[in-house]
Amino acid sequence: MTARAPTVATITASQRWRVLGIIAPLVLIGAQTFGFMTSPPDRDMGDLQKIMYVHVPAAWNAFIAYFIVFVASLRYLFTKDERHDLLAASAAEAGAVLTALTLMLGSIWGRPTWGVWWTWDARLTSTAVLLMIFVGYLALRAFTDDPDRRARWSAAVGIFGALNVPIVYMSVRWWRTLHQVQSSPSTVDPAYAWGLRLNAIAVLLLLSYFIARRYQIALMERRLEHWRDEVALTPGGEPVHA
Amino acid sequence: MSAAWTRVSAVAAKDLTAERRAKANIVAVTSLGALTLLVFGFAIGPDVATLRTAAAGILWLSVLFSGVLVFHRSYQIELDGGALETLLLYPGERWEIFAGKLLANLCVVLLVEAIVIPVALVLYHVTVPDTWPSLLAVIVLGTLGFVTLGTFYAAMASRTRSKEVLLPLLLFPMLVPVLLAATEGSAALLSGDPMGDAGAWLRLLVVFDVIFLLAALFVFEHIIEA
Amino acid sequence: MSVAASASSVVREPATQPAGSALSLVGITRRFGHKWALRGIELDVAFGDLIVIQGHNGGGKSTLLRVIATAVQPTGGSGRVLGKDLKRDATQIRAQSGLLGTSNGLYEDLSATENLLFAARMLGVRQPTPRVAEALRQVGLASDADERVRAFSSGMQRRLALARLLLQQPKLLLLDEPFNTLDADGTALVHDLMAGARERGGAVVVVLHDLARLGVAPSATYTMTMGRLS
Repeated sequence: MTARAPTVATITASQRWRVLGIIAPLVLIGAQTFGFMTSPPDRDMGDLQKIMYVHVPAAWNAFIAYFIVFVASLRYLFTKDERHDLLAASAAEAGAVLTALTLMLGSIWGRPTWGVWWTWDARLTSTAVLLMIFVGYLALRAFTDDPDRRARWSAAVGIFGALNVPIVYMSVRWWRTLHQVQSSPSTVDPAYAWGLRLNAIAVLLLLSYFIARRYQIALMERRLEHWRDEVALTPGGEPVHA
Repeated sequence: MSAAWTRVSAVAAKDLTAERRAKANIVAVTSLGALTLLVFGFAIGPDVATLRTAAAGILWLSVLFSGVLVFHRSYQIELDGGALETLLLYPGERWEIFAGKLLANLCVVLLVEAIVIPVALVLYHVTVPDTWPSLLAVIVLGTLGFVTLGTFYAAMASRTRSKEVLLPLLLFPMLVPVLLAATEGSAALLSGDPMGDAGAWLRLLVVFDVIFLLAALFVFEHIIEA
Repeated sequence: MSVAASASSVVREPATQPAGSALSLVGITRRFGHKWALRGIELDVAFGDLIVIQGHNGGGKSTLLRVIATAVQPTGGSGRVLGKDLKRDATQIRAQSGLLGTSNGLYEDLSATENLLFAARMLGVRQPTPRVAEALRQVGLASDADERVRAFSSGMQRRLALARLLLQQPKLLLLDEPFNTLDADGTALVHDLMAGARERGGAVVVVLHDLARLGVAPSATYTMTMGRLS
């Protein structure tokens, strides 16, 4: 099981991503502007509704990030190619950030609307649980030093966490419907639909950019470690301690 | 297949024997469970109606906190004598080791519950309902989900620097569906289940248990090593 | 006997297998974190051989034994043990090889009999109860059979670990400092185990500081320094 070191070719592919790094924020600005201009103030919430244009796309893209974690983790277990592990870790970081953002925006939205910083609303609560699942994933990585063990354990935890996402959402929703007739902020007026879709795409572009960049950094770190290891392996080479 | 069962039951029997020998451990864990119930009672206050409403939730929390100790110990006995390496060198598949430990942990946690639940019934003024067979099913299925994930995650967490923090951190968010299903199902059944909700929660528990039992059996070989 | 360690970490499949090779390793490397314990190990052991590996602590001897036993997967390289591929057929290798590590692998709260019965059931030994009793008798622990291992001296624990190997009768015997904490009787037990494995057509690899206790001339001796074999 020789870990395949990232090649130089992979790293120069970053040129493409640099372009995306310029395009993505522009698209986001455009989509946000579109949302602001085209949607009328909401009956109940007024202009506060505009926060949805970040909150909802952030939530949707967090799911995409976790899906990437799931697939990359599975592929790692099947191929033992550490690049999949690095991709999973990058996606998990980005997903965690997006989830935290979703939570904060949801909280900020809730304060003027309901007067409280937190409601046990089904989706907000599920999102909080989701955040904790992936904080656990990142904590496990932080506490495991050996790269092979870290990769295998992360893959297991990533798969399990991703499997649980739909179950968590379902169970929390049932729980809330039992206790409260919920006026959910999710009923999306068709007037907002296009704004949401555009912003979702914009955030998706940003997400892809962040994951790709993070992945490249991780690849370069591993490349550096491999070079160090190869030096350590040559006769007369001193063992390099991290 | 029977060779596999021989190994699974051997691991389970060995774990249970070791647990029985160190009786102090089960006593301590059960005491902690009962103590948690008591302390929560202080925190909530003596109003009977409030206690009754909170009973199911607090009971499961007590089980969760005590159970974590059981899972750690399950791997500690392997690490103490350097037995884990020997264990991994026997012929057979890794999932057999997981299944054996799962069975043993299940027995221990169920035993702890057998003592802690009556204590909860007494402290929280809860009467045993006619629907107690369904209640038993909820308890067993909820425990199975708890022990499955606990045994799985402890295999990793017990080997890290901060195992006391890491195991709950990893485990508790994953157990939210079990916690909800078990507490809501128990609460519904304790009040006679007027809305017939318990069935849905039971089904959720079954689905959860099946998914994660299978996932754990498949993935265990990737996470266990000497 | 193969010598010079290969510095390359390139994976090479052995071109031709020597007929009847008990053990054949090519370019085996193993890393723990950033430290390389094994740096390109080449080793060939024929059936009936007794190989000794010496060297200072931390040289990687124990890691090498564990790789052969399939307790630890190599980071790179390939090998065949008893004709089976090291990575793909690990379960089959385990069935036929026995490792005595530096720790004894015992459960301290269980009795000697219980420890061996567990091992017997895991190994698939037929008629475990009489076999276990016989093994305990052979290592001289029959009178302490029902004592908890926690109360055993280190020599007794070592002998119990040897009893486990007696139960298994492995074809490939891997011993890591087997004579530690053993008296003359215990040493004789190890000699019997080694002779038995070779008579069964197997092989023995021993990690050892003191050649004198071996009692018989080894087929070959290697020294291991900083993850390399010479």
